[in-house]
Amino acid sequence: MLRSLNINPDKCTGCLQCEMACSFENEGVFNPAKSRIKVFSFHHEGRFVPYTCTQCDEAWCLHACPVEAIKMNRETGAMEVLDAVCVGCKVCTIACPFGTVNYNQSTGKVIKCDLCGGDPQCAAACPTEAITYVDADATGLDKMRSWAAKTDNATHAN
Amino acid sequence: MTYVIVGAGPAGVVAAETIRKLDPHGKVVIVGDEPEPPYSRMAIPYLLIRNIDEQGTYLRKAPGHFEDSVEVVHGSVASVDSSAKSLRLSDGREMAYDALLVATGSTPILPPVPGIDGERVTTCWTLEDARKIAEGLRPGASVLLIGAGFIGCIILEALVASGANLTVVEMGDRMVPRMLDETCGAMLQDWCREKGVNVMTGAQVESIEHRDDVAAVRISGGREVEAELVISAAGVRANAGFLEGTGIELSGGAVVVDRHMCSSVPGIYAAGDAACGRDFSTGDYSVQAIQPTAVEHGRIAASNMVRHGSVTHQGCINMNVLDTIGLISVSYGQWEGIEGGDSVSLLDRDGYRYISLQFAGDQLIGANTLGITQHIGVLRGLIQGQFRLGHWKSRLMDNPLLIMEAYLAATQGA
Repeated sequence: MLRSLNINPDKCTGCLQCEMACSFENEGVFNPAKSRIKVFSFHHEGRFVPYTCTQCDEAWCLHACPVEAIKMNRETGAMEVLDAVCVGCKVCTIACPFGTVNYNQSTGKVIKCDLCGGDPQCAAACPTEAITYVDADATGLDKMRSWAAKTDNATHAN
Repeated sequence: MTYVIVGAGPAGVVAAETIRKLDPHGKVVIVGDEPEPPYSRMAIPYLLIRNIDEQGTYLRKAPGHFEDSVEVVHGSVASVDSSAKSLRLSDGREMAYDALLVATGSTPILPPVPGIDGERVTTCWTLEDARKIAEGLRPGASVLLIGAGFIGCIILEALVASGANLTVVEMGDRMVPRMLDETCGAMLQDWCREKGVNVMTGAQVESIEHRDDVAAVRISGGREVEAELVISAAGVRANAGFLEGTGIELSGGAVVVDRHMCSSVPGIYAAGDAACGRDFSTGDYSVQAIQPTAVEHGRIAASNMVRHGSVTHQGCINMNVLDTIGLISVSYGQWEGIEGGDSVSLLDRDGYRYISLQFAGDQLIGANTLGITQHIGVLRGLIQGQFRLGHWKSRLMDNPLLIMEAYLAATQGA
């Protein structure tokens, strides 16, 4: 059974533990600026919204890559960047309509959430269960993914 | 069914793979005119700077990827007989097709100046070109680049890193005029000057005189520069000349396609740089000449080649990302804005950061950015999702950097 990140903004307190954990796991430093998950603050509404890649079915990043540097991990369902293959052309960063693939100028490669290989550290670090790692069917991801369909360049006849 | 795909770039390769999936028993032939396995021209700048080797440019890495599933023919197409549904290669071979895809891409245009065909002049388009440029790059070599458009800019880093003495001559009033607004283009020019690159805008090469060991390049305004290597990056045009006589409708040299990626002649489809296809933003038909569009075209054309009418193209959004010696610029959709639309921009000239947003009513329709790389793709999401921004439009007018927040508000009611 594939699992996926389930984000419930109502439970987020804006503590940024997820960003710290992500940055440490993937970049070896505690630096929220290097995190692949990002907590957005809505001061007017008093809300915090953690946000990262949903590993969407459309996989815009994967299809836009000219050199096959993004592949799906069949065990986790995550789209993973193969650092050794990525040339740093950044086309995936503009093709992803969710804004969840970013260019890392210091390495010359792109970075995105890879679910930490199946043990996402953001979920492990979240003290309020605003981020959990659950069965994909139960996440209500459909709602988010329905927005992906709005970005599709094609309509399909049945 | 026999499917023939002319062109082995991203559009042709994706089309071949898509057909293979949809029609496992059909015969799929790719005709390509370059000796290398299918590769990405987008990767050439990174080859020039030696981040990757030639294999790093290949579209597909697995050995036998193509040979195992499709037939690959090396050759160029001389003519097409659309009534007989056959094509002839320049070496005389003939090939029949049931459905034909023109995915022949484009070719650099050489500016019409005396001496442009000399041996010190090269384009930067193919792997063969890249080898020639790499050979000519060494510390102290004098290099003249004609054109500060997308290709010219994206190879600047490699040229600078080689230690060459570099002169750039751009005809337009600013750098990358087809992708960047005046502010953006001017900042990019400042950035290049800061990096020691002399970019002349509003200037033209008038002639190239080939002497024993250099090319003497005369530039408008009476200037002359001696160069060991001249790289011409002055634009491209679609490769569709071989379709003459088929009666296929062309526009600006590219094949006009309908919303099934079919040309005016049934059975002949087109994709990528060779196709004049529907633009998402305007509904007009144009050549976008970008990788994501080539891939979308290839996929949609393939579906319709297998079952005509099965997929309707909604139009591709025009988008570009460009790295010029480390300064990253991005354009989306109608970045020039529309009459009666609103716009907002935020500029940090010293920090080389800039964002400009274009609106129609309360919808985002285009953007230009410089020096911004985080969450940039959400601009596509906002534009292509056609979200009504409501009061978030005024928040963006106050601070255009809040694009991610505006997107979350629009999609999740955040």
